[in-house]
Amino acid sequence: MSGLAVELAGGLARIDGGLLFFERTATVGYNEAVEVVGDDGRTRLGRVAAVDEERIVVELLESTTGLALATTRVRLLGEPLKLAVGPGMLGRTFNGVGEAIDGGPPVAAAEMRRVEGLAIKPVARAAPSEFIETGITAIDLLDSLVRGQKLPIFSGGGLPHDQIAIDIVCHARLAGSAERATDGGSGEGDAAGFAICFAGIGIPHDTAERFRWAMEQSGAAARTLLFLNLASDPPAQRLLAPRVALTAAEYLAFTEGRHVLVVLTDMTNYCEALREVSAGHGEIPSRKGYPGYLYSDLASLYERAGRIRGLPGSLTQIPILTMPGDDMSHPIPDLTGYITEGQIVLDRDLARRSLYPPVKVLSSLSRLMKEGTGAGFTHADHPALATQLYASYARAVQARVLASVVGEEGVSEIDRGYLHFGDTFESKVIAQTGPRSLAESMAAGWNALRLLPGAELHRLSGAQIAAHLGPTAGGGK
Amino acid sequence: MNLARVTWVGGPVVRARPEAGFAMREAVRVGEAGLLGEVVRLERQEIVVQVYEETTGLAPGARVVGNGSPLAVRLSPGLLGRIFDGLLRPLVVAGDPFVHAGTPAAVAPPLAFTPTLRAGDHLAPGHPFGAVTVVGGRILPALAPPRLAGEVVRVAAAGAYRDDEVVCTVRTEGGEEVAVSLAHPWSVREPRPVAARLVPDAPLVTGQRIIDTFLPVARGASAAIPGGFGTGKTVLLESLAKGCDADVIVYVGCGERGNELAGLLAELPELPDPRTGGPLIERSVIIANTSNMPVAAREASIYTGVTVAEYFRDMGLNVAVMADSTSRWAEALREVSGRLGELPGEAGYPSYLSSRLADFYERAARVRTLSGAEGSVTLLGAVSPPSGDMEEPVVVHTRRYVRALWVLDTERAHARFYPAIHPLTSYSEEAPRLAAWWHAHGQPHWEQVRSRLLTLLEAEQRLARMARILGAEALPAAQRLILVQARLVNEALLRQSAFSAVDAQCPPERQAAMTRVVVRFLDLAEEALACGVAPETMVGLPTYLRLLRMGEEVAGEEAFGALNEAVEQDFVRLGCPAGRVGKKGVER
Repeated sequence: MSGLAVELAGGLARIDGGLLFFERTATVGYNEAVEVVGDDGRTRLGRVAAVDEERIVVELLESTTGLALATTRVRLLGEPLKLAVGPGMLGRTFNGVGEAIDGGPPVAAAEMRRVEGLAIKPVARAAPSEFIETGITAIDLLDSLVRGQKLPIFSGGGLPHDQIAIDIVCHARLAGSAERATDGGSGEGDAAGFAICFAGIGIPHDTAERFRWAMEQSGAAARTLLFLNLASDPPAQRLLAPRVALTAAEYLAFTEGRHVLVVLTDMTNYCEALREVSAGHGEIPSRKGYPGYLYSDLASLYERAGRIRGLPGSLTQIPILTMPGDDMSHPIPDLTGYITEGQIVLDRDLARRSLYPPVKVLSSLSRLMKEGTGAGFTHADHPALATQLYASYARAVQARVLASVVGEEGVSEIDRGYLHFGDTFESKVIAQTGPRSLAESMAAGWNALRLLPGAELHRLSGAQIAAHLGPTAGGGK
Repeated sequence: MNLARVTWVGGPVVRARPEAGFAMREAVRVGEAGLLGEVVRLERQEIVVQVYEETTGLAPGARVVGNGSPLAVRLSPGLLGRIFDGLLRPLVVAGDPFVHAGTPAAVAPPLAFTPTLRAGDHLAPGHPFGAVTVVGGRILPALAPPRLAGEVVRVAAAGAYRDDEVVCTVRTEGGEEVAVSLAHPWSVREPRPVAARLVPDAPLVTGQRIIDTFLPVARGASAAIPGGFGTGKTVLLESLAKGCDADVIVYVGCGERGNELAGLLAELPELPDPRTGGPLIERSVIIANTSNMPVAAREASIYTGVTVAEYFRDMGLNVAVMADSTSRWAEALREVSGRLGELPGEAGYPSYLSSRLADFYERAARVRTLSGAEGSVTLLGAVSPPSGDMEEPVVVHTRRYVRALWVLDTERAHARFYPAIHPLTSYSEEAPRLAAWWHAHGQPHWEQVRSRLLTLLEAEQRLARMARILGAEALPAAQRLILVQARLVNEALLRQSAFSAVDAQCPPERQAAMTRVVVRFLDLAEEALACGVAPETMVGLPTYLRLLRMGEEVAGEEAFGALNEAVEQDFVRLGCPAGRVGKKGVER
């Protein structure tokens, strides 16, 4: 990659935070990649953040420790930052800038791809519609995931978001198909196969290790590739880790034709790093000190999910973020929710009651659910059942507020029914011990609805009530 | 041709040293790839250019070329049924699925043209000189540019022409010969001239009950839809795009999700236009600038959208623009402003945010066009306030310029109650103007009914608060009845499933029939209460449940007649003397 590179020595005039100011003695374009070599001989990656006639401003993606003005050299690579992608990436572990850290040889490059990616033309996108069964009722039944979707998990410190992500990638399969990511070899229905791409962004070593261990246990290690930017790595590299991972995932999805599930964790660390770098540039901060372009920047990652017309693969994203102070209106979850196609929100109260997965159903949403559920996709009555459960549970939560004021005895009989329904819904529908098929999830949902009188179920048709709940429910008071 | 050399590059903002005089807002091409940009600041020694495309690889010394005219889009009847980026460059399915900077514009297919003027005729500004057959066999006028007048020297014979071919030549008063093609350029930031602005007097019929019956918007007015994420802004705007009775829809996807646009693009060619039967795509122009496409072009995209709308309006058509979302546009404005080093105002937005919003919403109008026809542009803008905050700058300033506000409520959305428009915090200033229209469309007492139902919902809101403290049981029967009635209004009228085959679109006659039967129930219930019937007994009536599900399950005029009959029968069975109830609200 340094074949065409131009090297400048001795031109470094200033180091300020993560920015290096070089005298411009060669032609260099905005946003092109550079390698900065210090006295210690170590190569650090960077990019051109601004350029004028006299100087080049380089944003270093690594630590500036040890760089001196006189001895620092810069190699101009003459092209934007690229990643070598090719067959043989699966099963490997890389660092946040895409270098193999598992002791194996570098990936044989089939091609070099820009890590920043390119926007998919809206006309070239295929609308996602293939239902993915994750084995988790709160997702499959109520907020279904489809191939090509980006569905984040809004979590908080100490909540089991990692386990949920692991459960999803281990059990994910197309409805009616037996093949999972964790089954070896090639399935007949989906010769292209699955792949799992895990990007750890500023995560503790434990989290990375746990994920790797889970993949090995489930037999998916050979179809998994890991990009790890650990908590101890330089923050500026955090901006690169998800881009590098998505570049590899795009290659697997759109060139090799695989169905790729990308887990990005933790996006909060990513945003913190962006704030740090932005402050280093002296940019005008917006909400809570995050840069005004946080939305656009997050979009440049999340929008890399999808399907492309005429190409076999798909890229599905499950970003995980920990909401600072469990606050969903914090800029990070807020802007994420505006870009992603829904969100799965985790709830501390449910977690405290040892209910797993602790999904806060009312705040959770899947915008693409309607595209992949119902007749022809899952079950004709699936959407109506989900809507009815939502409406009834919302009413149950209202009844709880009332009961907390006037006491359970003080509420009407109908409301007492709702209180019972609410508890059952949480403990029997949302909470689960092992993976459930969609049919099992739906059965759990219908069972919970039996606790309510038929007259309360006005999101279901008479025919649906008769078919699933029997004549007794319809005649209830 | 003006020339400059790039001296500084940092993101979408480029500085350059001019060799000749540039003008403010002049369109320029930057670098070898010919990236499109606009001059946003002028000094004697330096110009600042906002570039609408990715500037990766751009280096000092690159050429900046200006053609002397402001950023303009090429307006042509052939825009219908197609999809463009924020600068009205076609996005084509063929070729690379990814967006590259500096992609050359693709040429549109030829259009069938028939002249309506002959050599020697006078061509007035903005008047048609021919007819063009566009997608779906629709015939539209070929308009002269709004500032061109003169004698027709030559006009092409009927036939197929590309929109950049000369089809007419005009000699102006000054004796200059001007070539006219089917397309003409127009600056996106300048409203197109009209003969007169007219007062809006008819609603844009959207097929949504909560809008048409409760919070209507007039043709030629504007409405904003603020709502936090997940409250259904996009689904609502898409429903409006599919169901409203405009002649042309301009849908601006401004900084939103690619997958949702893909869904819309997959759907529009499949869904029939309720008025013509042809596919909906044939009445649509889609402007797509998804959130990961260049930010500066996002800033331009809503002006591009409204300019296209004005062009079709000038043909005498009623046009509706859906902008999703104006908050993304405002953020693009903020980002570019930040890069220009301007002083930030509220929440980091530039101080001219408010006047730019006014520039946009003021372009909504019902007009008499230069050629004497009547047309309108209705603007519907989604607003995505951070954390659903209705006090943030974009919402606050938008409220000053729109005539109707449809506030999406998080609580309703959480209960999957769609559309989640809150009937009490939302408003429509248009309602008084539109009463006459409803009188002629099945609701002779529309304003009284509307006011009665809104008052009922208001009373419910007050009582619900009390019920939360005392328990509903503790309320007197009259107040419990209000809760029962309000639930009926909410569930039967305000809730409407965008995915139900029967209910997704609710034409005015159906809205009137549904409102009538609900009002009839409310009347009879009040009468029954006076006879001593408990509200809880009325909830148990078979028709109460049927009314709650009426949207999805009742179709056809006879069915509503039968439902009305069943309601009467139910109350008769309660032992209330029939016929004692006044006929108010039931005009059959």
